[in-house]
Amino acid sequence: MSVWSDREKMKRSVVICGVGGQGIITTANIIAKSALKDGYDVVMSELHGMAQRGGNVECVVRIGNVFSPILKKFSADAILSFEPLEALRNLEKVKKDGVVLTDINSIVPPLTSLGVEKYPQLEEIFKKISSHCRLIKIDANRIANSVGSILTKNIVMLGSFYALNIFPLKEESIVETMKESFSKKYIEKNLEAFRKGKEEANKFL
Amino acid sequence: MELLKQGKKVLLGNEAIAIGALEAGVDVVTTYPGTPSSEIADTFSGIAVDMKKNGIEPPFYFQYSVNEKVAVEFAAACSVSGLRSLTCMKHVGINVASDAIMTYAYVGCKGGHVIVSADDPNCHSSQNEQDNRIFARFACMPMFEPSNPQEAKDMTIEAFKISEKLSLPVILRTTTRISHMRGVVECKNFKMEKRHGIFDKDSMMVTVPEIARKLHPLLIKKMEEAEKIADESIFNVIEYHGGNYGIITGGASYNYVREAVDDLDIKCKILKIGMSNPLPRKKIIDFLRECEKVLVVEELEPFMEEQIKAIAKENEIKVEIYGKGFSSLKRYYEYNPDIVYKALCDFYGIPYEEEDIKAGVISRPPVLCPGCPHRATYYAVKQVAPKDAIYPTDIGCYTLGILPPYKTADFLLCMGSSVGSACGFSKATGQKVIAFIGDSTFYHAGLPALINAIHHKHNFILIILDNFTTAMTGHQPHPGNERNGMGGDAIRVDIEKIVRGMGVRNVEVVNPKNIEETKMAIKRALERDELSVIISRSPCILIEKRKEEKYAIDEKKCKKCKICITKFACPAFYFEGKNIKINEEICTACGVCVQVCPFGAIGRK
Repeated sequence: MSVWSDREKMKRSVVICGVGGQGIITTANIIAKSALKDGYDVVMSELHGMAQRGGNVECVVRIGNVFSPILKKFSADAILSFEPLEALRNLEKVKKDGVVLTDINSIVPPLTSLGVEKYPQLEEIFKKISSHCRLIKIDANRIANSVGSILTKNIVMLGSFYALNIFPLKEESIVETMKESFSKKYIEKNLEAFRKGKEEANKFL
Repeated sequence: MELLKQGKKVLLGNEAIAIGALEAGVDVVTTYPGTPSSEIADTFSGIAVDMKKNGIEPPFYFQYSVNEKVAVEFAAACSVSGLRSLTCMKHVGINVASDAIMTYAYVGCKGGHVIVSADDPNCHSSQNEQDNRIFARFACMPMFEPSNPQEAKDMTIEAFKISEKLSLPVILRTTTRISHMRGVVECKNFKMEKRHGIFDKDSMMVTVPEIARKLHPLLIKKMEEAEKIADESIFNVIEYHGGNYGIITGGASYNYVREAVDDLDIKCKILKIGMSNPLPRKKIIDFLRECEKVLVVEELEPFMEEQIKAIAKENEIKVEIYGKGFSSLKRYYEYNPDIVYKALCDFYGIPYEEEDIKAGVISRPPVLCPGCPHRATYYAVKQVAPKDAIYPTDIGCYTLGILPPYKTADFLLCMGSSVGSACGFSKATGQKVIAFIGDSTFYHAGLPALINAIHHKHNFILIILDNFTTAMTGHQPHPGNERNGMGGDAIRVDIEKIVRGMGVRNVEVVNPKNIEETKMAIKRALERDELSVIISRSPCILIEKRKEEKYAIDEKKCKKCKICITKFACPAFYFEGKNIKINEEICTACGVCVQVCPFGAIGRK
């Protein structure tokens, strides 16, 4: 059996990263499922296992003419980070004309408390990121708390990511996917978190 | 249940394997959980529990077996009784099952039997990165290697067909990047009726030497048949992107090759091998003849490369073949898009510039959860054990005892090795030996080693960390639970009764969250000159109902001795300036730190 080459070029990739327990895989899944609704081919990577809680977690979502679930250096269109240090950790995955969208609230690794290593100054982190590509900082904790639950932080981030229009997704598809993903009890808060996240990012456009 | 709906869905590679098996009409599914294979079996468990809740009888029988060997033996019996069976495990699980697998190939199956080996190149969550493709060749079993979830599903279905056609179990080999990759999968419907097997007796299934000698040549013949199937398989496919350079690849590596070919806009032919044992000899001969030079891109061992080089030599094909050792292609760790991109650049003589951002980011390793009972056990042990005590450890979350400040992990080979090696350390040295093993691991492979210890009068302390679940792989039930993987009733096999029944004289059961009680039990065991077993029993904090109360530090009483951080090291503690605080978001109110603080500064808020 043989297949002749058919090369389409369009592809988009985002790295979603943070600390275990922040809702990273849920967010990635919503993006992936929405993209399928909009007719794109989708691949996504996630790692399970040893990192239960407290370890760094990263997910990649890619749409278009894509095969690999993991990324070549400097090939992501965006990083969506739920914690500043994790944005820096993944920095070499994003293109130089790409965007880093990060939350500004740091989570200090436990070993840092033992004095083994030191968490860098936030300003240093942001300086390093800005010297590589565009940086957009939002206080997703504050917005999530204003909605009434820190647990909606990931959806605030999703709203901001959507507003940047890096993935050409339809808002209806995301909202529909969210409705399928959350129980009725939590959907209103999440929809509000999405809207507020979107508004926050619009300030930077 | 969303998973059972038809149509296009975004599925995890492991879910796609489960759905494929359902579409192929699987009757029996067995497993022992292990990353990266766990979600295959967990999918069946979830479906079975869900169906039963809705009053539907699941169309399959599912079991979390006590270990991988039993999982294969169980499914083999079902298969020779005519039922279709699926057995899933991680790569090192195949080692445990291999005693059964090697001879099972001789006997063969009747109903299709697919054995999933989920390999873990890069040791993301494993003790080694062995390449189990070699097992397929070793045992003489056909093998498939998917590159994405859709293929994972399609190949599972095909593997059942071929298994039945050849009366031979078939291996489906994935790697972490495929098992844990999500992609679009087209799902169809499946049978809902449950079948019963019938066992027709046949002395050819009793592998005494005389019969084994008859079976081996038959197995070799089956593999010759399998080679014809591989040559015609739609999963061994040539993609033409122009030119005379060839690339032979498969599995996860194919994805990286395909994207590099697109990014570099190079001309090549790609032979994508999806059925990789036996290799499609004729297809490879034809491919090699069409090529000026060939690059083999495969992770870990030169499994295909060595066979392909032999095929070229036998057939006197003048073609340069490159693989391991060429450019960035190594025999260890997993490949990634950068490694493969560089190799293709070198293969085509395209300049490659390596770029780096020196981010210098501090690490964020996984740690024991706040409220984890293992932390309490380790803290108590370190309080009373001599400095030179040896700590053989085992496979589970508690292996994280390797981290400071506990450092209660000195030696680890495999499931159950804590007990076997403790026997050896106690004989080899005069040091105190304190071995740790989890509940699920104890059932899996700890039992024979403990019998060995009792019989030979070995002198050490075995601490069984009983948290009522198989925690690390996602809280699957084990023989210590009263529920099985289908949500039905099961008989609880009590660890204390087992240990006492085996004849261990010194057995104590402690609650590790009572530090004093635990310390005393360990002290008593250390004073004895014979084997002691301490069962440290407290549920995994992730399955325990979360308490509402909160704890806080009284800053007036706190003397900043930092024991809570430097010795106990619960991640809920942090510094705010010079003061130590408790992070209420992650604190689980386990209350152990109250006992740890020498100044009574920690209390309920």
